[in-house]
Amino acid sequence: MINLQDEAQPKGAKIRGNKPVDQLEAANRFIAASAHQKMHDQRLWDLRKKRDAQMHLIPEWEELRDLASEIKNHTLDFLADYLEEFERNATANGVHVHWAKDAQESNQIISDILKQHDAKTLVKSKSMLGEECCLRQHLEQDGVKVIETDLGERIQQLDHEDPSHVVVPAVHKTRTDVSKVFEKTLNAQKGNNDVHYLAEVQRETTRPYILNADAGMTGGNFLVAETGAVVVCTNEGNADLSANTPPLHIVTVGIEKIIPKMEHLAVFIRLLSRSALGSPITQYTSYFRGPRKDGEMHVVLVDNGRSTRLANKTFKPGLKCIRCGACMNTCPVFRRSGGLSYGSVYAGPIGLILSPGYNTHKYRNLPFASTLNGSCTNVCPVKINLHEQIFAWRETLAKDNELSLSKRVIMKTLGQLFASPRMYRTAIQTGDRALKYLPHFMVYNRLNSWGRQRDIPSTPKETFHSWYAKNYQKKEKRDE
Amino acid sequence: MSSRDFILNKIRQACVSEPTSPPTVPFFHTSSDRIVEKFQKSLEMMGGDILPKGEKDPYEFVKTKLASAKIICPVVPEIVGNCPLTEYTTPASLQNVDYGVIRASFGVAETGSICLTDQNLLINTLGYLPQHLIILLDPTQIVENLHDAYARPEWKQVHYAALHSGPSATADIEGVLIRGAQGVRSLSVFFD
Ligand code: SF4
Repeated sequence: MINLQDEAQPKGAKIRGNKPVDQLEAANRFIAASAHQKMHDQRLWDLRKKRDAQMHLIPEWEELRDLASEIKNHTLDFLADYLEEFERNATANGVHVHWAKDAQESNQIISDILKQHDAKTLVKSKSMLGEECCLRQHLEQDGVKVIETDLGERIQQLDHEDPSHVVVPAVHKTRTDVSKVFEKTLNAQKGNNDVHYLAEVQRETTRPYILNADAGMTGGNFLVAETGAVVVCTNEGNADLSANTPPLHIVTVGIEKIIPKMEHLAVFIRLLSRSALGSPITQYTSYFRGPRKDGEMHVVLVDNGRSTRLANKTFKPGLKCIRCGACMNTCPVFRRSGGLSYGSVYAGPIGLILSPGYNTHKYRNLPFASTLNGSCTNVCPVKINLHEQIFAWRETLAKDNELSLSKRVIMKTLGQLFASPRMYRTAIQTGDRALKYLPHFMVYNRLNSWGRQRDIPSTPKETFHSWYAKNYQKKEKRDE
Repeated sequence: MSSRDFILNKIRQACVSEPTSPPTVPFFHTSSDRIVEKFQKSLEMMGGDILPKGEKDPYEFVKTKLASAKIICPVVPEIVGNCPLTEYTTPASLQNVDYGVIRASFGVAETGSICLTDQNLLINTLGYLPQHLIILLDPTQIVENLHDAYARPEWKQVHYAALHSGPSATADIEGVLIRGAQGVRSLSVFFD
């Protein structure tokens, strides 16, 4: 196997406008970069193991998950009331609250706030909502210079790539991959791939931007209705720096991030970092309730499809997500195919259920990038029925005629076969020939890319049906 | 219709539920024994450390730490510094500070966190721009867990507060842990 540090980084899915993303093609390239694939798999599995260790240290872990799920269910049922309560309290604290129907409106609101302040530079802490709205691209077109301050996110920004994971955006890169990016963009020493050196280069080169920025932006992990506060969790302290150094702080946050009270916040903070990174808490858990002296604070509440999802019983539970990434860390498909193979903002199990909601046609292949093993559902701190929703998407896609040709052909043939018990039995009983070739042909053919990395269980010498017929039907006759 | 009303209407149409109250959350207390010890253990796990008390002068070890520093910015009367905060001090100007010395509102044993509010910090960036932090903490102000922490009154009084659990950190490159990412490089707590 090629040495990890010598292997070139495999790039993500090819995006061709609105054409369906070929996750499998990108995943195959990731798997072919075997050293990267192995590192990625190990690193995420390590996070999963750390999460398990933390879980075992908390006797009330399952109770916390139940509570988290109940709190979110309740909040979603009364979302409008809680949003109004948040708005009332935040406004009373001196925060400007804005509402955005979709990504475009959100971007425009932020552009306008920046224009009013004549702000030309923005330091930003990581926000998946920002990625979802393509905020950076929008602001850059407006002539605003945007600097990501989270190390992983900055690496991805400098490499013109999207984050590959909601918590660890550059997890698919090796130290050498990062070193190459920094050499090109930050003037770092050629070939120096010492991780401490690289982190220091980022610290030193980002600091001047933070000190001189006109505005700072953060996302929000939670909104607390009771106090009108925004809560942000980071390890690098970059949210606090971005929000507290420039005179203007803008928060962009999805409307589903709200919770009723401070007592509920405790439940989520206890679960979030333990589920994400296997650490008891993030280094910084920050609480913004109002602007600081001489400062200004704005909160943009973004819908962008969330209220539509709320009306859909099947997919509504997806709104409970707290973006911990635990489902990605445990997913065998994600670990082996890399987050960029999904070609969507949200990857892994949560991505499979969120992405087709944004664009069913483009992301129609994603719900098939799962083994439905249910591991994601088992680790999710807010108990989202991920694997059931993935399955529901497959049904929805089939109903909406959004299956690819290959999937349709296979499903049709197998469907006919399974629909007729007699035909099915004949097919597998026709002895060696059919037994060997028929299922094999069905599973391993060019149409079914699924079968390529998989093996079907070997067919039994005797089918249950014939065994039953031999032993019981005869017996039943005798007993009569 | 404004976007606000559009969104709220759409949500209200999607949700037609019988009124319920949100779940109440228990405190999950186990034991308040050795709470200071637990705090210390958790803090060390998160990369912070505890400065012991000196024999004659309790602040001896704090002062030793500060001895070689050029710019010291304490916002506590117990420690003398050379960078006083005035009404003209800007948030960004604290970038040259080597050590900030701040009193925390309270600590959390479960996670080794200390709570710094805008009233403790005076200028919020004092918690992040200095290279190092020394935190004074009254050990009787350590609570058992995060449920206790969020039941504290501070959250309804201040405009800004953060739970700091050790120094800033990152593991974004190959999972290698680095202390001192964007914020401070070290955080030491002193019980007084
Ligand atoms: S779906 Fe659950 S496990 Fe996955 S990111 Fe969201 S909260 Fe975490």
